[in-house]
Amino acid sequence: MDKKYSVYICTGCGIGDALDIKGLCGVPEEEGVSVKTHSFLCGKEGVEVIKKDIADEGINTIVIAGCSRRVNYDVFKFDGCIVDRVNLREQVVWSHPRSKYPVVTEEQKDDGIHFDSLQMMAEDYLKMGMVKVEKIDLPEPYQIETFTRKILVIGGGVAGISAALDAAKAGYEVTIVEKEASLGGYAAKLREQLPVANPYDGLIPPIIEEKIKEAEANSSITIKTKTMVARIAGQPGEFVVTLKTPGEKIEFDVPFPLPEELKVDESGKEFDVEKQFELYQEYNKGKLDILQIDPNGEKFGAVILAAGWRPYTPEGDELGYLGLGKIADVVTNHQFEQIAAKGKIVRPSDGKEAKSVVFIQGPGKGDDSDFDFTGSVTSLVALKQAKYVCDDYPEDGKAQIIYQHMRTPGLWENFYKSIQQEDGIFLTKGDVVSVAQSGAMIAVEADNTLLGEKIQLNADMVVLATGMVPATADDPVVNLAYRQGPGFREIDLFDGYCDSNFICFPYETQRTGIYAAGGVRRSMTIEETVEDAVGAALKAIQCIESVYRGVSVHPRSGDMTFPDFFFQRCTQCKRCTEECPFGALDDDEKGTPKPNPTRCRRCGTCMGACPERIIGFADYNVDSIGSMVKAIGVPSEDDYEEPPFRILGLVCENDALPALDIAGMNRLSYSSQVRFIPVRCLGSVNVIWIKDALAQGMDGAFLLGCKHGDDYQCHFVKGSELASIRMEKIGDALEALALEKERVTQFDIAIDEYDKLPELIDNFVKMIVELGPNPFKGF
Amino acid sequence: MTEEKAAPASGSILVVGGGISGLTTALEAAEVGYEVFIVEKNPYLGGRVAQLNQYFPKLCPPSCGLEINFRRIKDNPRIKVFTLAEVEKVDGTAGSYNVSIKLNPRFVNENCVACDDCVEVCPVDRNNEFNFNMDKTKAIYRPNEMSFPMRYVIDSSVCKGEECGKCIEACKYSAIDLNMAAKTINLTVGAIVWATGWVPYDATKIDNLGFGKYDNIVTNMMMERLAAPNGPTKGKILRPSDNKEPESIAFVQCAGSRDENHLPYCSYICCMASLKQATYVRERFADAKIYIFYIDIRTPGQRYEKFYKKIKEDENIFLIKGKVAEVSEDPGSKNITVVAENAVTGEKIKQEVDMVVLATGMQPATADTKLPTEDLQYSEDGFIVNDFDKGGMFAAGCANKPADVVTSNQNATGMALKAIQTMVKR
Repeated sequence: MDKKYSVYICTGCGIGDALDIKGLCGVPEEEGVSVKTHSFLCGKEGVEVIKKDIADEGINTIVIAGCSRRVNYDVFKFDGCIVDRVNLREQVVWSHPRSKYPVVTEEQKDDGIHFDSLQMMAEDYLKMGMVKVEKIDLPEPYQIETFTRKILVIGGGVAGISAALDAAKAGYEVTIVEKEASLGGYAAKLREQLPVANPYDGLIPPIIEEKIKEAEANSSITIKTKTMVARIAGQPGEFVVTLKTPGEKIEFDVPFPLPEELKVDESGKEFDVEKQFELYQEYNKGKLDILQIDPNGEKFGAVILAAGWRPYTPEGDELGYLGLGKIADVVTNHQFEQIAAKGKIVRPSDGKEAKSVVFIQGPGKGDDSDFDFTGSVTSLVALKQAKYVCDDYPEDGKAQIIYQHMRTPGLWENFYKSIQQEDGIFLTKGDVVSVAQSGAMIAVEADNTLLGEKIQLNADMVVLATGMVPATADDPVVNLAYRQGPGFREIDLFDGYCDSNFICFPYETQRTGIYAAGGVRRSMTIEETVEDAVGAALKAIQCIESVYRGVSVHPRSGDMTFPDFFFQRCTQCKRCTEECPFGALDDDEKGTPKPNPTRCRRCGTCMGACPERIIGFADYNVDSIGSMVKAIGVPSEDDYEEPPFRILGLVCENDALPALDIAGMNRLSYSSQVRFIPVRCLGSVNVIWIKDALAQGMDGAFLLGCKHGDDYQCHFVKGSELASIRMEKIGDALEALALEKERVTQFDIAIDEYDKLPELIDNFVKMIVELGPNPFKGF
Repeated sequence: MTEEKAAPASGSILVVGGGISGLTTALEAAEVGYEVFIVEKNPYLGGRVAQLNQYFPKLCPPSCGLEINFRRIKDNPRIKVFTLAEVEKVDGTAGSYNVSIKLNPRFVNENCVACDDCVEVCPVDRNNEFNFNMDKTKAIYRPNEMSFPMRYVIDSSVCKGEECGKCIEACKYSAIDLNMAAKTINLTVGAIVWATGWVPYDATKIDNLGFGKYDNIVTNMMMERLAAPNGPTKGKILRPSDNKEPESIAFVQCAGSRDENHLPYCSYICCMASLKQATYVRERFADAKIYIFYIDIRTPGQRYEKFYKKIKEDENIFLIKGKVAEVSEDPGSKNITVVAENAVTGEKIKQEVDMVVLATGMQPATADTKLPTEDLQYSEDGFIVNDFDKGGMFAAGCANKPADVVTSNQNATGMALKAIQTMVKR
């Protein structure tokens, strides 16, 4: 586009009172760019001025200097125009009062001693905004070559069927693949189940039969049993899926990445790219590389992972102390359900009626936890199974539940109360000490934590409330033909559950277009699973429609930009492929990345990782930010006796930038020697920006972003963590240049820690001042 | 690109309630491609979670997720937000509802630049209900510093009106209009999602627990405000009677919940909330002692279990199985003595503490006042019961059942699809 520039400076909200507006206008004027001021730019009249220029003068590239871009977002939106907002309000005048940063008098001007730090700051920010709009373009949506709205559901249990039905009811075609011979999953193996609706009391017959019938009758749903996913290649909107029969070995079975230990030779030196590829092929003998697309593969737009769970299998003699594996009539809740589903409850050892059953909820030994992977489901299941005993033996059935905490949260309390009405059910808070065969019965000893005494129970059977292990703990299931590997990354953080780390965004996924539902995410009841499946179906549909419109999904929903690669200069270092938090890139045998833009979430981590700086977005790239850095004025001793310091602050726009804004709104004041540039995510920070800053004489640089670690708050999962690693490395490079590595650092800040920002910034500046000016200044 | 017809449906969805559930439903539907209206009765979005200091178990600030959600709203032209708005009447059937919405006056128009000049001149104080009346704001105020939309509002019940008019004079942008009147607008929508949320159970109703009688007994929601950096004490946890840093705090679980005289159900969040609040205290006061009195600790799921395990390792946190029966105040020290029956030893235990937090539960906003439509069913406790076969209208989040934020958002995401399905049927 042929850019026609104009700058608009708002003088309201104290900006005009604090700054020399005429001087500020000089910045664009010097460049020959038209500039207008208005005392209330966001008001109707002010906006009209801009609109008139767009209409009459053909202005299409606009810099608005006034308030933060977080406000008046709707006012300063001009279709077809590039707009940048220069924050003079929160970031300049509101956070730097004239009382602290006085204007220079006529006599002081040009005396080589005094300078107006506030005016300098405003002029710098204006220059930065002006150069930015010069370097960016309006984005155009990414259009994929082929596109389908079909949804693949992996797993034909209650989660999968529910998701399929809900997607179909919204008008989408769905294929369910189920590895077993019939649909239903675990829900089809129950005698009775927990209620699924208000008032949540008593047991109901399994609902799965109805759902299976409904799915089978729905013309939008294709069901493939005895089928599993061999691999999923491609990207959202055009996933290419190879299906197979379980147990079958085919060439489109997904290959696994070469384990780290095989990437190096005996001396520990890493093999070159070609050798590694060769080893990888050897390692995956009989399987084709991920970039080999199955010509007979089926196309899908998005995937719902509803592979469910399996009953926990104790390791070795793990639960031997509770009799499991030693006493025939000590079983898990899963085994008990199998017995109950067949008919009356009888003992496995001799087929005798089991009229008295003890249910044990936790491992005991002084630990008040339930067994692993239980959630609140096993409390509910124990109550359910206790009722089986009373139902089978109404005269003399006796079910005793030994528990530490009855986990029936929310409206499940109603169910708990309804079960407590049963005469034959006894609940004891206790810590099981031992389980032993005693004649024809089993003796259970427990410390009664209510009465503080030992209790001795005799039972026909003992049931241990073991948990629900997600299918993804054993196997990737989705078998993604992604260079980073076939499964979800880092789910060991969630013990193998395919869960989101975000409280606010429960369907957030590190594999765009693939959404988990049901037991694979968390231990859930059938009711919770049915509900969870609807949400996953929505997310799958939303991803498909976003791909159709050529925009990103959460958290940069609606973003039309996507990373663009200048491949001629790629050195095949593979960093972008390895660092992308979403596995969006697949490199070939030489290490050249193949972008999959609809997997991409537009965080820019690839751009930050690239040492050749060949990755960028239409409106955000190495040059646009680099040019902003270079636009910062760095006064030296040639200018002033004691020139001010200049420090670069690269700020994550998700949390740190709003925190900076709120600090400004609260009129919290911090050093005037820092220049901030917002970035999409710290992951997108390319170290060249910092090197450039130091090379031009700036005295230090810091990154301000989200917390990382297990409870990471980075919206792009890995961005702030990767940045911190890069900052470590840049420290070494600085030392090689005889610069102190303390000059570059990274700070974690949460959005509500705005009150801590001034001290944090000022302390850093103070430390830099103590180190002294950058020796390269002025060169 | 292959020829594919457009998305299977189009239409508008009304979301009533702009808390975390309502925001989620609205955004998830809008990002599929539907037009969405959000109607929120407060002057700001965010609902209950806007009042929380941190979420469990990550201990991260809710404003982080809200900020992202507000940005999603800003970037999405398909969403229209009405604050200070209430649904007055709903006519029609699934697929085509006619809804009357009353827009209450803000008395501050879109000229507001949030500069704060008005607040400086306003002579009238009002109780700040956002902070559970633990401090005051002026009659013209901004609900909180992250509030969206970023505009001030006047509390007309205390504002002196034209005769004062100081704010009008102070405002350089003619943003104040004291003559602004309520008006009614009509919307036609295909589906309605009620995300009307919850209110903290009124602790004054629990006679034996002394709330309202003794200064140093607060509720868990008040505790969130005390711990919040933008709260009445700027994040310092101080006991109300004398602003002293508490050396001991007792948490009383199931204050009203699991109690036939109050809320018969479990409120789902209070166990995790108290464990979380214990970390607030421990983080601030190295020697403070914490006593948590409970019936059952309900920390469902691996992540909550892990959090509970971590809390148990803290030697200054005492978890006591027992329901609190009564509380009393020492008139001199204003300390509170909590009396509970220790379920382990059976003995009555008395614990004197500086401050007590009642883990009060959640009551649906629809418990007392029903919504202006005949088409909804309620449970005995006032939660909206969803009827998916009938369709058209749905409850999301805590309007439907007591739940934590994760579950509410899961539910709210699903309700976006249920609403969309309603429009496909037609």
